[in-house]
Amino acid sequence: MARGAYRGVSDTMIDSTGAVSAHPSGGIASQYFPSPGHFDEMKGADGDVRPAWSRLVQSLNSEGEAGLTRRSEQTRHLLRENGVTYNVYGAAKDLERPWELDPIPLMLPISEWLPLADSIRQRARLLNTILADVYGRQELLRSGILPPSAFFEHPGYLLPCVGIEPPGGIFMHWYAAQLARDSSGRWIALGDRSQGPSGAGYAVENRIVVSRTLPEQFQSLNVVRLASFFIALQNTLANLSHQHRDNPRVVLLSPGPKSSRYFEDVYLARYLGYTLVEGGDLTVRGDGVYLKTLGGLLSVDVIFRRMGDGRCDPLELRPDSPQGIAGLTQVVRDGRVVVANAIGSGFLEAPMLQAFLPAACRFLLGEELKLPCAPTWWCGTPENLKYVESNLDRLVVRQAYRHHNVRVYVGSSLAYYDRAKLIADMRARPGQFVAQEPVIGSTSPVWNGDRFQSWHVTLRAFAVATDGDYQVMPGGLSRVATRSETLTESMAAGQRSKDVWVLAEGPVDSITLLRPKKTALELRRSSNDLPSRAADHLFWLGRMIERTEALVRHVRCIVARMTSELQPARLADLHQMVLAIDEPGESPLAGLDTAEESIWQSLVESVWSFLHDPYRRGGLFEAIESTHRTASIVRDRISVDGWRIINQLTFPPSSNATAPRTTADLACTLVPLDQLLTWLSAFSGLCNDSMTRGPGWRFLDIGRRIERALQTLRVIRGLLVDAQTEVLPRLEAMLEIADSSMTYRYRYLTTLQLAPVLDLVLADESNPRAVGFQLMALSEHVGSLARDESDMVRTSEQKIVLSAQASLRLADVESFCTVNGSGDRRQLDKFLSLLASDLRGLSDSISHTYLTHTVDSRQLEAQLQVIKRA
Amino acid sequence: MQYTVHHTTIYSYADPVSICQNEVQLTPRLTPWQSRSDFQLEVSPQPMLLRNFIDSFGNEIWYFSLEEPHNELRVTARSRVRIMRRPVPIPTDTPAWEKVRDRLIAAENAEMRQVSQFRFESPYIQHFDATRDYARTSFTEGRPLLDAAVDLTSRIYREFEYAPATTSVSTPTLEVLKHRRGVCQDFAHLQITALRSLGLAARYVSGYLVTAPPPGKPKLVGADASHAWLSVYCPDIGWIDLDPTNDIIPQERHITIGWGRDYGDVCPIKGVLTGGGPQILTVAVDVAPIESGE
Repeated sequence: MARGAYRGVSDTMIDSTGAVSAHPSGGIASQYFPSPGHFDEMKGADGDVRPAWSRLVQSLNSEGEAGLTRRSEQTRHLLRENGVTYNVYGAAKDLERPWELDPIPLMLPISEWLPLADSIRQRARLLNTILADVYGRQELLRSGILPPSAFFEHPGYLLPCVGIEPPGGIFMHWYAAQLARDSSGRWIALGDRSQGPSGAGYAVENRIVVSRTLPEQFQSLNVVRLASFFIALQNTLANLSHQHRDNPRVVLLSPGPKSSRYFEDVYLARYLGYTLVEGGDLTVRGDGVYLKTLGGLLSVDVIFRRMGDGRCDPLELRPDSPQGIAGLTQVVRDGRVVVANAIGSGFLEAPMLQAFLPAACRFLLGEELKLPCAPTWWCGTPENLKYVESNLDRLVVRQAYRHHNVRVYVGSSLAYYDRAKLIADMRARPGQFVAQEPVIGSTSPVWNGDRFQSWHVTLRAFAVATDGDYQVMPGGLSRVATRSETLTESMAAGQRSKDVWVLAEGPVDSITLLRPKKTALELRRSSNDLPSRAADHLFWLGRMIERTEALVRHVRCIVARMTSELQPARLADLHQMVLAIDEPGESPLAGLDTAEESIWQSLVESVWSFLHDPYRRGGLFEAIESTHRTASIVRDRISVDGWRIINQLTFPPSSNATAPRTTADLACTLVPLDQLLTWLSAFSGLCNDSMTRGPGWRFLDIGRRIERALQTLRVIRGLLVDAQTEVLPRLEAMLEIADSSMTYRYRYLTTLQLAPVLDLVLADESNPRAVGFQLMALSEHVGSLARDESDMVRTSEQKIVLSAQASLRLADVESFCTVNGSGDRRQLDKFLSLLASDLRGLSDSISHTYLTHTVDSRQLEAQLQVIKRA
Repeated sequence: MQYTVHHTTIYSYADPVSICQNEVQLTPRLTPWQSRSDFQLEVSPQPMLLRNFIDSFGNEIWYFSLEEPHNELRVTARSRVRIMRRPVPIPTDTPAWEKVRDRLIAAENAEMRQVSQFRFESPYIQHFDATRDYARTSFTEGRPLLDAAVDLTSRIYREFEYAPATTSVSTPTLEVLKHRRGVCQDFAHLQITALRSLGLAARYVSGYLVTAPPPGKPKLVGADASHAWLSVYCPDIGWIDLDPTNDIIPQERHITIGWGRDYGDVCPIKGVLTGGGPQILTVAVDVAPIESGE
């Protein structure tokens, strides 16, 4: 191949007598002691640092412990800031875990890498040929190279895919091999991932972080760049389009935010420049697959899938897959869309296949398999079953056909009963089991805060199909763990990851994915591929961001008044302000008697719980959580900077777990509240300044406008309707919460009166915080949404906005100020509540008209085969 | 014998269905003993797309999609089928069932390896342990394969109540075994499970049965229905059909549509739809003999 960035690099070894010393004297690396009995990546059996590591080790030594500590902190910081996480299956709460990365990369000299890459390429060619055979001529079955069980007991062998021939004979467009070394240092394949392997996105992220924390070393050591791999992937996918369009529509099909791989789905979609879609965003119409967008249906050429085989099509594959695309298999069969990797390629992931790859390689390619598998026995023959039973202590037994979420039995550590049960199960269904000799893997130094520890290493390597062969990513994703048993072949296993540096002998090219195409792209002013689902989430993100901001302003105003001498407030006013933070009548304090002595403490506790209690309905915690959740779903639509801000939206957990809380406790929250507000403003600024004015921005802004109007209405109702006490302190609070104090003072100097305040926060169309202003903006938005409609009739959204705007413009603010007999401004309250329900109606109407396209599909009732028996 | 087959399926929906993708398997299969002419498939409303392909079992599948809102889907398949008598081996002349089992496990040639497909569990064929004992009563030591299989067929016919409306498509075989009742589909699944639990190869056959009217009464149009039975494999002989619902070895009155591992591979109509609300399914099958020669 040599198609990568290191083309032309000669094959000679980095000479161990070369420029760098293999004996760095002293330093922290000399205190690294590999666990005995394993191949160590950094140190040879003689205890000397291997040549590929020596320059890195030298520079680490010269920096000492402090340098490493700084770099590992920087690593953590960068990962946190970029929001790198992975989800864990089965964990109901706290699905997302932070991604952990060791600051020290795994070093591989190109002289070792090239033969390894060559053997991975051969393996990839073999696997693709196997798929072509099992879904085509079935010579492997006919000739007995693979046992019938490998086909017919294998749930991953999809009968509907038999006979489907993908373009160019490529079934497996990209692929990952899970590798580890045996004790002699030889690389061994532990398993294959062929359905849409995970890890490549993390490899890029690791590289970005480590190249930033070790910049000098990264430059001077000639680390081969990863980008060439992704360019090859882009080219491969682009060339799949059945019409060979110059700019084909490639979408990345994700199982959705609940998947363990969602972070990476988003990451890859953005890195490769594809639209991120879920099954519900796609639909089969006629003989094609289409993306449902706000602008209508757009035809899709290539589906780069990260969804499991069987889940892709509820019609022909698994019926219990509502997240699939009904009819997809038929479109693929017709050649009108290409799915990469081909549906059915999960066939290769069955652990039992490892036992048959050497024979299949000889049969199909006429070559010996270069990359060995761990010695594997499929229990489906009596001899193998007998061997496995009598050697159970030194074997690992696993399911023959499934590797995901299934138990792995380590023979030597089985309890008596488990062992008997396993043997009985194996005898009852021998074809369902496979046994392997465990591969312990090599060890590598891992920085553990103050010293190096020796951890076990696995390597996930990636290959992409290019012109009849495969190209291997120069590097990969390494996982490390303290115990080798936790390093199964699964991606999520292992405790940390490492970047993998393949060191070339000379300078390497730097490459970017945004490179000029052969022909000029058609100029476009808007991207119309926003899925309706994404628009829906952006709309809600706008609402949640705005809600969070309004709540922060409100609670900050209360806390400031409770804790500062400068703004003393009467209890009754404070009580009102605390009540007003919820919708009218919904405050947990609503029934409290203001005359009680304990009122002060109740207020303190109530504010405290608003700030800190995760279960407080309508509390700050809930608002921030919803913002995060919504943002993470549309992560691909938020810029990198925007995402960094979203990650900063946090509120420190309560330090004082038990009541009674004091005002001093509350006072501590002012600084984080201010910070929160700064980040929220930064996000708004970013949206206004950097987001293109496409449909995505529009729905985000509609959400913001509706929520801001609703929040302002809530505060006015809570603070200004009651007329039993002096209104002045509450007017001040109103202006502060609505961020309009400056404007008011500028206009009216210091004379506070109800009517001008009400006018400013409610009706004034020039005040960006006033309800009137929001309606004006909304009127523009709904007008523009409706523009495509050719008829002159106003849409229902336009009607709602128009009527709200008219009633606000015609409203007599002076008359709202009058107090009626029962001591409140009932007319004002009624007006505000009507306005609020108009806005909620608008929100529903927009959702209904533009956003809600997700209708559940279901199966046609089955026809029972029943006759009348004589 | 020659027959005309009309098979009409109507789905009526309470609410409009906006989009619907379907696959139907209604084409009588070509076999050494069965030929076919004039197959027609009518779908109403007019489908957006209608195309056919041959699946991995060699059956013909028609795919169609409806993309305009509709309250009713009507699928009619018509064909003319000619069936010849096929030779049936003398049951006691077939090899001992254990020999057949061992040859299947050894899978020494390409044909045996292909046949192996019908030896394993499949979505509707599970729980070999529970059915093995039931099968063993017929499959005594050294008994010729077909002799034992015919005995098993008779036992299912005698010991199980034919009870429409007591089971559904998704009724597990274990339930059928426990309550000793079901319909032809259940009986076929049960016998397949029993045969495979012994290591033998058995497949599910979907088709039609020509029913004779009660004596002295005219035959009612649409009174027939789709039928299901099974086939058991015997090396050097091939596949032999068995009908546990009627305790017979199918001959000229069984019209074959296709076969697969179980019902799921050959179901007459399946589909995924959006909208629709509650569905009402009506099926009418009419198989009429064409009396005098061509």
